Amino acid sequence: MDSSFSSIVPAPQDPILTVYFASRDDLSPVKLNLSGGSYRSEEGKPLVLQAVRRAEQQLANDMSRDKEYLPLDGLAEFNKLSAKLILGDDSSAMKENRVVTIQCLSGTGSLRIGAEFLAKHNQERVIFVSNPTWGNHPNIFSLAGFSVEYYRYYDPKTRGLDFKGMLEDLGAAPSGAIVVLQACAHNPTGVDPTLKQWEQIRQVVRSKSLLPFFDNAYQGFASGDLELDAQAVRMFVNDGGECLIAQSFAKNMGLYGERIGALTIVCTSEDVVRKVKSQLLLVVRPMYLSPPIHGASIVTTILKNSDMYNDWTVELKGMANRIFSMRKQLNEALQARGTPGDWSHIIKQIGMFSFTGLNEKQVRFIAKEYHIYMNYDGRVSIAGLSSKTVSQLADAIHAAVTRMA
Amino acid sequence: MAAMAMTIRNSASRRTMTSGPISGLRSMSSWWKNVEPAPKDPILGVTEAFLADPSPEKVNVGVGAYRDDNGKPVVLECVREAERRIAGTSFMEYLPMGGSVKMVDETLKLAYGNNSEFIKDKRIAAVQSLSGTGACRLFADFQKRFRPGSEIYIPVPTWSNHHNIWRDAQVPQKTYHYYHPETKGLDFSGLMDDVKNAPEGSFFLLHACAHNPTGVDPTEEQWREISQLFKAKNHFAFFDMAYQGFASGDPKRDAKSIRIFLEDGHHIGISQSYAKNMGLYGQRVGCLSVLCEDEKQAVTVKSQLQQLARPMYSNPPLHGAQIVSTILGDPQLKGLWLKEVKTMADRIIGMRTTLRESLEKLGSPLSWEHVTKQIGMFCYSGLTPEQVDRLTSEYHIYMTRNGRISMAGVTTGNVGYLANAIHEVTKSS
Repeated sequence: MDSSFSSIVPAPQDPILTVYFASRDDLSPVKLNLSGGSYRSEEGKPLVLQAVRRAEQQLANDMSRDKEYLPLDGLAEFNKLSAKLILGDDSSAMKENRVVTIQCLSGTGSLRIGAEFLAKHNQERVIFVSNPTWGNHPNIFSLAGFSVEYYRYYDPKTRGLDFKGMLEDLGAAPSGAIVVLQACAHNPTGVDPTLKQWEQIRQVVRSKSLLPFFDNAYQGFASGDLELDAQAVRMFVNDGGECLIAQSFAKNMGLYGERIGALTIVCTSEDVVRKVKSQLLLVVRPMYLSPPIHGASIVTTILKNSDMYNDWTVELKGMANRIFSMRKQLNEALQARGTPGDWSHIIKQIGMFSFTGLNEKQVRFIAKEYHIYMNYDGRVSIAGLSSKTVSQLADAIHAAVTRMA
Repeated sequence: MAAMAMTIRNSASRRTMTSGPISGLRSMSSWWKNVEPAPKDPILGVTEAFLADPSPEKVNVGVGAYRDDNGKPVVLECVREAERRIAGTSFMEYLPMGGSVKMVDETLKLAYGNNSEFIKDKRIAAVQSLSGTGACRLFADFQKRFRPGSEIYIPVPTWSNHHNIWRDAQVPQKTYHYYHPETKGLDFSGLMDDVKNAPEGSFFLLHACAHNPTGVDPTEEQWREISQLFKAKNHFAFFDMAYQGFASGDPKRDAKSIRIFLEDGHHIGISQSYAKNMGLYGQRVGCLSVLCEDEKQAVTVKSQLQQLARPMYSNPPLHGAQIVSTILGDPQLKGLWLKEVKTMADRIIGMRTTLRESLEKLGSPLSWEHVTKQIGMFCYSGLTPEQVDRLTSEYHIYMTRNGRISMAGVTTGNVGYLANAIHEVTKSS
């Protein structure tokens, strides 16, 4: 019988996957994969946090637990604790009941639910994302019916923030447009605005009536301090205006595969919150009915137990510190080799990734000659480096920069 | 209240604002002024009302989740054991976009057969999905993207969320006759007429077994006729199989409709769910599969399904998939699961018999044959909305107003009370 789908062509391969497959098929014993977005320990292994293991055991031993459907908006306790984590224990917005939080499938799911809701209820159908941004941002929003525009963000000359360009582009955006802002540890560049710069960004956003949509995927992972990493978001919430926040526990709790996150919408009143929440649930039900329970249970167990919470913050700081240390070591290694160029951006950038400034030719060269894999835009996962492999990467960068323009 | 909130917020902003001009006025009014409250979900509304009812006699036969004979939710032994094995061992890394390969492989065997040639020939494009809902939604999105002019034919009645799913995927819907209120069985001739009259190459949603909400399934012979007619019309069959194993107690038997279509050469799509048959409701684990012409096309279609999943949730959740592959990958655990599924199905079948017999013993003037003829979790009782309302207000019995009774909520403890109440509201019919 004829297929209904015989004219379908294969989907384009995701570039990150291309790199992953190349690294997977490389048989060299010294190969190093720095293209992924998962944290690795000093031994180069994935890390499950102790706090998570404890929570897991507690849950597995609790015979009173069942596997019933969660409500459409997920685990209530999880929602409350997640909101507190990003908004602060003393959040006035929460005290005034102006916050709706629903459990979603990690950051991606939170963004998608938010996007679908906005597509139904926002007047403007244009969304601004940073240039560059996480590859999935444009997909998510265009699938929800938005046209995606870019605001200047990364300055290749300084390998830092193009602050002037950013303010100009946001200032020129149409009123009512939505702006995606990464709360901290920008992916892929590692370049974050300073708090002073955030304040100016906030002023432009509010004065132009742009709606901020925060992608908060690395809270605690950037500086090592959960409160510090939340400052940008709180600055916006504290001015009394509205915003959306997509939260993920994939990285900061190492719960990648469990798909646990939350979408928070801060509104001007309790009455608005009720209506917004009911409309959010209408988006969820025909997508997957209700969110998965396991990740939410682990997060809740940790956040509500002060011992586990403290242990977690210590481990989180440990991960962030290891990344700082790797940045320092890499920068020093390049300086020691006299590698041409200014490599200070490696220690100025923050979070899991560094935009090295290498071009595609250099990236391919490094893959071929040094068996080190990074994204074609020059993004490396610093979280994938260890003290043992820093010199290998430094050698590779040095060779690429001196031998290939 | 709103005014007070405004005042609090005003003073809060004045306190925390740093220097510099801020447009205070614009940020005061809400972006969401024009958002209307959403209509309440009928099924969830029933459970809410049940929970709020203080009566000690209350009975919930509304929601479609299995309960044991004490009315308690059940976690299967095989699931507990699987969890014990998983805890402490997993790395929790991202699954691939298409989900757990192991889980998908085992799941395909259940639907297509352990020795399916289609599996051997790698002709099935399959991805892990967010239970049955997620599988239906992915397929609907896929249908919209690659068959943009097509519509979906949905049975009347069906699970209400089916309408929401294809609507949100922006695929226009048509309906086909299914339930026959007079016989409380299948409107077979109506169904066949609608299949015949649909334009060639139409897309149909079929419930593989244990139809939700009616419990009415075609017989094997009827399935064969439906399949033949589908062949003549070149229609596409999409099966929602949410209750495999749960209907008759035998997963192979429950997949019969699918096997018939496969034998007849149809290239079908299937949504599979472990919510009910493994009791993994909240874990959201299932599978979407599309049978293709050949391996090359299967790879192509799978890549496109993954493209649709990525902007929805990137990759599917790990834990539920681990439970499924742990169980199905271990012959002992799998044997235990099959026993436990049969136990659940048997308990429901037993309750159907008891309910029917109780009503007949009470001398009901109506026929309750359909209670034992229908299959799966639900019974379409034939009660009118008014009768349902009476059951709720006078007897604290909760069900959806279409008269659907969740047999999984019936126990030896409440079946007598339920029968009596039903008799009372129907005896003058």
